[in-house]
Amino acid sequence: MSNLWGDSLSGFWSAWIIVISLGTIGISAWLLFSNRHTDKTPDADGNVETTGHAADGIEEYDNALPKWWFQLFVGTVVFALGYLVLYPGLGNFQGLLGWSQEKQWEQEVAQAEERFAPIFEQYQEIPIPELAKDQEAMQVAERIFLNNCAVCHGSNARGGYGFPNLTDNDWLYGGEPQNIVTTLTNGRNGLMPSWQQLGEDNIENLTQYVLSLSGEDHDSARADKGESTFMSVCAACHGPDATGNTSLGSANLTDNIWLYKKPEQSVADSIRQTLHNGRNGHMPAQATYIGEDKVHLVAAYVYSLRYDNQEG
Amino acid sequence: MKHEIVEKNVGLLAVLILVVISFGGLAEVVPLLFQEQTNEPIEGLEPLSALELEGRNIYRREGCVGCHSQMIRPFRAETERYGHYSVAGEQVYEFNFLWGSKRTGPDLARVGGRYSDDWHRAHLYNPRDVVPESIMPAYPWLFENTLDGEDTPAKMRTLQTLGVPYTDEQIDNATDEVKGTQEITALIAYLQQLGTVLKDTR
Repeated sequence: MSNLWGDSLSGFWSAWIIVISLGTIGISAWLLFSNRHTDKTPDADGNVETTGHAADGIEEYDNALPKWWFQLFVGTVVFALGYLVLYPGLGNFQGLLGWSQEKQWEQEVAQAEERFAPIFEQYQEIPIPELAKDQEAMQVAERIFLNNCAVCHGSNARGGYGFPNLTDNDWLYGGEPQNIVTTLTNGRNGLMPSWQQLGEDNIENLTQYVLSLSGEDHDSARADKGESTFMSVCAACHGPDATGNTSLGSANLTDNIWLYKKPEQSVADSIRQTLHNGRNGHMPAQATYIGEDKVHLVAAYVYSLRYDNQEG
Repeated sequence: MKHEIVEKNVGLLAVLILVVISFGGLAEVVPLLFQEQTNEPIEGLEPLSALELEGRNIYRREGCVGCHSQMIRPFRAETERYGHYSVAGEQVYEFNFLWGSKRTGPDLARVGGRYSDDWHRAHLYNPRDVVPESIMPAYPWLFENTLDGEDTPAKMRTLQTLGVPYTDEQIDNATDEVKGTQEITALIAYLQQLGTVLKDTR
């Protein structure tokens, strides 16, 4: 209890608050006691003193306040003074308990940390593929996933238009434990540039070629023309075999999984749209929000969702 | 003073009531106006850009504050979910405050950077497209309306007189910065900066 006085207010305003607070309590107490007339003995003429109020000849006695009410009032005054001694309320005076809302929050966090940290630390030491099989850990991880990841990837983790499905076997940035941890920790920024400058004809040829890669219906004459453009323009990121590159996050174009196909859209239209406008996928970094321990746990959960890791 | 005098003069009674109830405000509110903690911006706090300011006005127009608070209280349950509790120094350029008092949706005090721009676009166009359980209304008109920016400098000048440190240059360029932009872009620009100055989100 060395420092009972803070410095967040100037001396003047501190004093201002103290004077008003104690002053109002004092005045209330004075009002209470000074108006407490209890003398009801008749005077020489046999009259009892009244409040002076009269209505239709009926006068009002100046009786004492009910005892329970009076004591309650005294109680509030005592409580107020006790409170102001223990808790911060009088200007810069911090109160004998040293309570502050920041301290209370810190204590709350420290308590939780003490309780939960060992659990997460224990998970931290288990390798991700093994952790992914731990039922209890996965239940904890699911809660974290639902609170933080489901907003974009869906509560069933199947994603949606522009948000990757995590339950298949297609991984833009790789689906190995270390890839997933990196994605969660630092986030990802996918960039597919717009190829508007190639012209409509070339874009159509490319579209047909990309359709042919995954065995979709396509115009083979145009697809043949598109192939050479693909090799000179697209292969740099998507690879000559068009299977993508996880270190760049470029999509595999041969697996018939289309991140940017709206439900009502044809595959061809979605490819055209991508070529025209480009795409910019952004996964925000999560380590700052959930911390590294939980990243490890959530990574295990995501790993457990992988198509080839699912049971049955 | 006799009760009778006070009780039979309504004007005097009103004045005395005002005097009595003003004590609370004098002790609790007035000192805040002069307190450093509530008047000094936290390090790195900048006034909203013209685009973000227009986004903020759309936020107000659409009544987002009715369902979303911008006030993280210092409880673990809140800081775990939303990040560092809100501090007064983050709010010194806010006129009016958008703290809100009701959470039908989540708190947005630190929503900046939490989701991608694309997510916000999809979500505001139709929340159910990305969050099937959502009961939030859709705001498709934000994608049709564009800003003309004609009033933007006037809004910034008003804030300048209230103490927000806009430079004259910022105000002169405001219309050009905003003109022709979709409302959705402005709103997302506003949302993406919310609460990002205080870096410690854990």
